[in-house]
Amino acid sequence: MSDQAPKKFAGYLVEFETPHDIMVAATSVRDAGFTRWDTHTPFPVHGLDHAMGLRGTALPWIVMLMGVTGCAVGLGLQWWTNAHNYQFVVSGKPFFSIPATIPVTFELTILFSAIGAFLGMILLNGFPRWHHPVFSSERFRRATQDRFFLSVEAEDPLCEEDKTGEFLRSLGGSHLEKMEV
Amino acid sequence: MTTMTLAHLNDTSEDVTQRPPLVLGDNDFASITEKVCSAVEMTRTPKIWWVLFGISSSVMTMLLALIGYLFYTGVGVWGVNNPVGWGFAIVNFVFWVGIGHAGTLISAILYLFRQKWRTGINRFAEAMTIFAVICALVFPGIHVGRVWMVWFLFPIPDQQLWMWPNFRSPLLWDVFAVGTYFTVSLLFWYMGLLPDIATLRDRAKTKLRETVYGVFALGWRSSNRHWSRYERAYLILAALATPLVLSVHSVVSFDFAVSQLPGWHTTIFPPYFVAGAIFSGFAMVVFLAAIARKIYGLQEIITLRHLENMNKIILATGSMVGYAYGMEFFIAWYGGNPYESFAFASRAFGPYWWAYWIMVSCNVICPQLYWFKKIRTSVPAMMVIAFFVNVGMWFERFVITVTSLSADFLPSSWDMYWPTWVDVCTLIGSFGLFFTLFLLFIRWLPMVAMAEVKSIMPQAHAHGHSTGSAAGMAPSKPKIAEVVG
Repeated sequence: MSDQAPKKFAGYLVEFETPHDIMVAATSVRDAGFTRWDTHTPFPVHGLDHAMGLRGTALPWIVMLMGVTGCAVGLGLQWWTNAHNYQFVVSGKPFFSIPATIPVTFELTILFSAIGAFLGMILLNGFPRWHHPVFSSERFRRATQDRFFLSVEAEDPLCEEDKTGEFLRSLGGSHLEKMEV
Repeated sequence: MTTMTLAHLNDTSEDVTQRPPLVLGDNDFASITEKVCSAVEMTRTPKIWWVLFGISSSVMTMLLALIGYLFYTGVGVWGVNNPVGWGFAIVNFVFWVGIGHAGTLISAILYLFRQKWRTGINRFAEAMTIFAVICALVFPGIHVGRVWMVWFLFPIPDQQLWMWPNFRSPLLWDVFAVGTYFTVSLLFWYMGLLPDIATLRDRAKTKLRETVYGVFALGWRSSNRHWSRYERAYLILAALATPLVLSVHSVVSFDFAVSQLPGWHTTIFPPYFVAGAIFSGFAMVVFLAAIARKIYGLQEIITLRHLENMNKIILATGSMVGYAYGMEFFIAWYGGNPYESFAFASRAFGPYWWAYWIMVSCNVICPQLYWFKKIRTSVPAMMVIAFFVNVGMWFERFVITVTSLSADFLPSSWDMYWPTWVDVCTLIGSFGLFFTLFLLFIRWLPMVAMAEVKSIMPQAHAHGHSTGSAAGMAPSKPKIAEVVG
């Protein structure tokens, strides 16, 4: 199958052996002004966000929005079902009262927030995405095990096939390869 | 050689001048990956796995058969009767929900407290949580009598009756509490698994494995942009799961405490139930971890110190449970309510005295042995104690549920409760379900959170500081020899 279409240059992949090395390299790539690039590490390396110049995420706002929704749904559901749509007296208790509605409201707030945190992470990260140029590399399989990678995509306005290769080679990785798809 | 190995695996030193390593032995990222993945990737499943799986799946089949018998015949096959409408089904439900609590405590509360040692055991314990909650959910489901009406547990609009469930009842709060607990635990567990499933995908030797793990990995490519949001989501989920886990058994205790029944109507129930839940959950984690680390040779990752720490938690929560037992009696006497004092006298010295004293010996006396370091660092001893703790905690739920119901206010309405063979075999069957799910889990998914363990190893620390430019931080050495491709 692979020999049908000529492969297209999709970017560079540099391999590093330690978290320290990739941290240093990420700082250089950040300072060089690249935008479509990433680092790939088997575990979250602390400090790398700053080294890459990443901004914060909108995730907490999504969670808060979902939490408020869950809270409103919890209260609304209990009021509408038991105090409005179908009223019935149980042990002389009021149709609607705050104390009795707290447990369900609390649980729905947590439930909605947690779904927001999980789905928010999935959607903001663009998952599911089963195809990506980095997967074209056989060595990249170690990115989930014990190696640290830095990728620069061909779409980056600063990425030029020869010049960027030279620059990335100077970063001190243990291996450099072109990604092709 | 043997003694050397044993000495290197014992990391329970109390020397406060040095911080013990979290992972023992000469391990690096590659060896951790190799050790954890080998349990999933081995071509020949260990014989002991097949033996255990054979037993537990047969027992699970018995559970399914008995549920079929129950549905076909009706709840009369159980020992429940007029005053004791809540028999084994509710006892088992409360027991299994409690077991689950240790997993969430390890994954969420210990995460917020930055207890890095949790990474060795959290995956394992979270899996246990999910399977325990599945076992728990079986019981209210089959206990409703008319199972074809079970959907009425949820506020689903009904075209004929146009009625809604009663939200003023703690039983409905329970549906929401346990349902939320299960969903959130599952999300938390799956999210933690994501990077590790990707590891299995990348190590897969066959196309089938690569595809299946690949689908569930959702295309995870270890990107730091992803890790950044992932860690934030993890922190938020931990912060949400912390009050959740404390609320779940509190709400379960409301099923009892909100009623007017002597022995149930007490304000101590929520904290007492939560402490008991964590107590029994940790006993289950210790029991399973002690076996699994041995079979799969993970003693360097799930270390003796992990087990000792959990035993200390068992000691602490066991003492809280003991205190609650004592306080219940004190209040029953001090409160001056004759029905309440009768209920407690009858618990300890009435017809179910044997259940009460099994509970006290297993839950109060047994864990006190953990004051001795020799006992809390001995694997055989802790397995025996963990077993007894779980027996004791099951009896605690039996004592609470059955004694209060069987003798309440009017002697004319009293009756004894005795389980039938169906009750007993359903309880045993639920263990079959639990262990079957657990064995499938350790066969197909990594039982240690690899990415998290790697992140707490000394090698994971990037020594460079990222604030400045690259100028001040020379890379260790330029190594690139060639450009491939």
